[in-house]
Amino acid sequence: MFIINCPYCGERDQIEFSCGGEAHIVRPKQPTELSDDEWAEYLFMRKNIKGVQFERWNHAHGCRKWFNMVRDTSNDKIHAVYKMGEKPPVI
Amino acid sequence: MKNKYSIFSLIKNAFSQHENWKQAWGNPEPKKEYEAVIVGGGGHGLATAYYLAKKHNMKNIAVLEKGWIGGGNTGRNTTIIRSNYLWDASAGLYDHALKIWENLSQELNYNIMFSQRGVMNLAHNLQDVRDLKRRTHANRLNGIDAVWLDTKQVKEFCPIINISQDIRYPVLGGTLQRRAGTARHDAVAWGYARGADAMGVDIIQNCEVKGIKRNGYQVEGLETTKGFIKTKKIGVVAAGHSSVIANMAGLKLPLESKPLQALVSEPVKPIIDTVVMSNAVHAYVSQSDKGELVIGAGTDAYISYTQRGSHDVVEGTLKAILELYPIFSRMKMLRQWGGIVDICPDASPIISKTNIKGLYFNCGWGTGGFKATPGSGDLFAHTIANDEPHKLNAAFNLNRFVSGDLVDEHGAAAVAH
Repeated sequence: MFIINCPYCGERDQIEFSCGGEAHIVRPKQPTELSDDEWAEYLFMRKNIKGVQFERWNHAHGCRKWFNMVRDTSNDKIHAVYKMGEKPPVI
Repeated sequence: MKNKYSIFSLIKNAFSQHENWKQAWGNPEPKKEYEAVIVGGGGHGLATAYYLAKKHNMKNIAVLEKGWIGGGNTGRNTTIIRSNYLWDASAGLYDHALKIWENLSQELNYNIMFSQRGVMNLAHNLQDVRDLKRRTHANRLNGIDAVWLDTKQVKEFCPIINISQDIRYPVLGGTLQRRAGTARHDAVAWGYARGADAMGVDIIQNCEVKGIKRNGYQVEGLETTKGFIKTKKIGVVAAGHSSVIANMAGLKLPLESKPLQALVSEPVKPIIDTVVMSNAVHAYVSQSDKGELVIGAGTDAYISYTQRGSHDVVEGTLKAILELYPIFSRMKMLRQWGGIVDICPDASPIISKTNIKGLYFNCGWGTGGFKATPGSGDLFAHTIANDEPHKLNAAFNLNRFVSGDLVDEHGAAAVAH
């Protein structure tokens, strides 16, 4: 449980947000061309990092906008918050 | 087995004020090379080593534990054992474990306090009723004991439940598996550790794995905090940290690690003699032999390795507990803790070979691995020793995420996470 600085609403309690998992996984441009292995990689395989991780969050009980977050999963410290489409910060 | 435990050894040791009991397992330094190395000294890892030595005659093996035996999720769960899973593959896996549980104290010569006090799963809405009835039928077709109880029978089986139909989620019935129950969780780890040690397995505590050395697609050994250990077979049973180990070998797994919480109350006299679980309101409760209520809460909804958990999750669980058991309204909670669980997209485990020769994973048990400990160890040992899965864990391979042949227990779980 922590405080999240929503890029649209400011600081709010984490309970207002829902986590969408690992960020910057790009949906394949040509789904029909994909092998089963590539589909599995896209759908299921995750880095699940212990340490600094880039992830997507949604302010579900607030502005309902999606944004990205850089968070250390070993201590829940948030390093950066940035809007969708913005370039990920270098941490 | 050295130092066999019995009434006679108890009496004998009483004469020396119980000061001459031998250490239950040794504390060796790692050798240079092993036939197989198990990463993770929890219940599943120790059981794997035990069955490798006992059934597959592999004696030159080691278990590496970064902390201490029984200090991870083995000592952090709510100790519930049941096998009333919906799908055939799961029923086979979990009932295999339950059958081993039934004789485990005798086999290990270690009292794991296995208690078949029954597990009751409650239904709170029409869909729950349909799902649970379907599960009862599926269980019986698989030879697993299961009965459907109506609201009155639920009350008879567990008299402190509030069956008022005026509450937000009224009790509409439930299923009961009488062979299910609980066991003393850390005793399971200790019993397997002692049994494995007696057959020559090296249990190495405070030894963290830092890297996996491979030559192309064959493992060659492990970098650890106690130096390099050479081996051709590595069995990883690292629970919430499975992905961390996988990343060392350049593998990705379909897992997300999240904190799962549990809590216990102050100890009171016996009040609930079974285990009651409820999916819809997410609450499950039993009572330990010390008298504490053992309550399981949910997972946090984001990846974290912090071994804590959020307060709002506990709050939600306790609200549900109080509505179902108003008698607990003035009880004080004593301790709360979290464990890191590795959750698969289909909520079923992975007991599998990988595309790297000699590297095996037993992971993805998510929120309910304790109940499977003996079966998981047995089947993982078979997989490592023969380089082929046993027919009971064949469905739980890593390749199912490529083929799409998932074992989807998410909708069928006792409590959703």
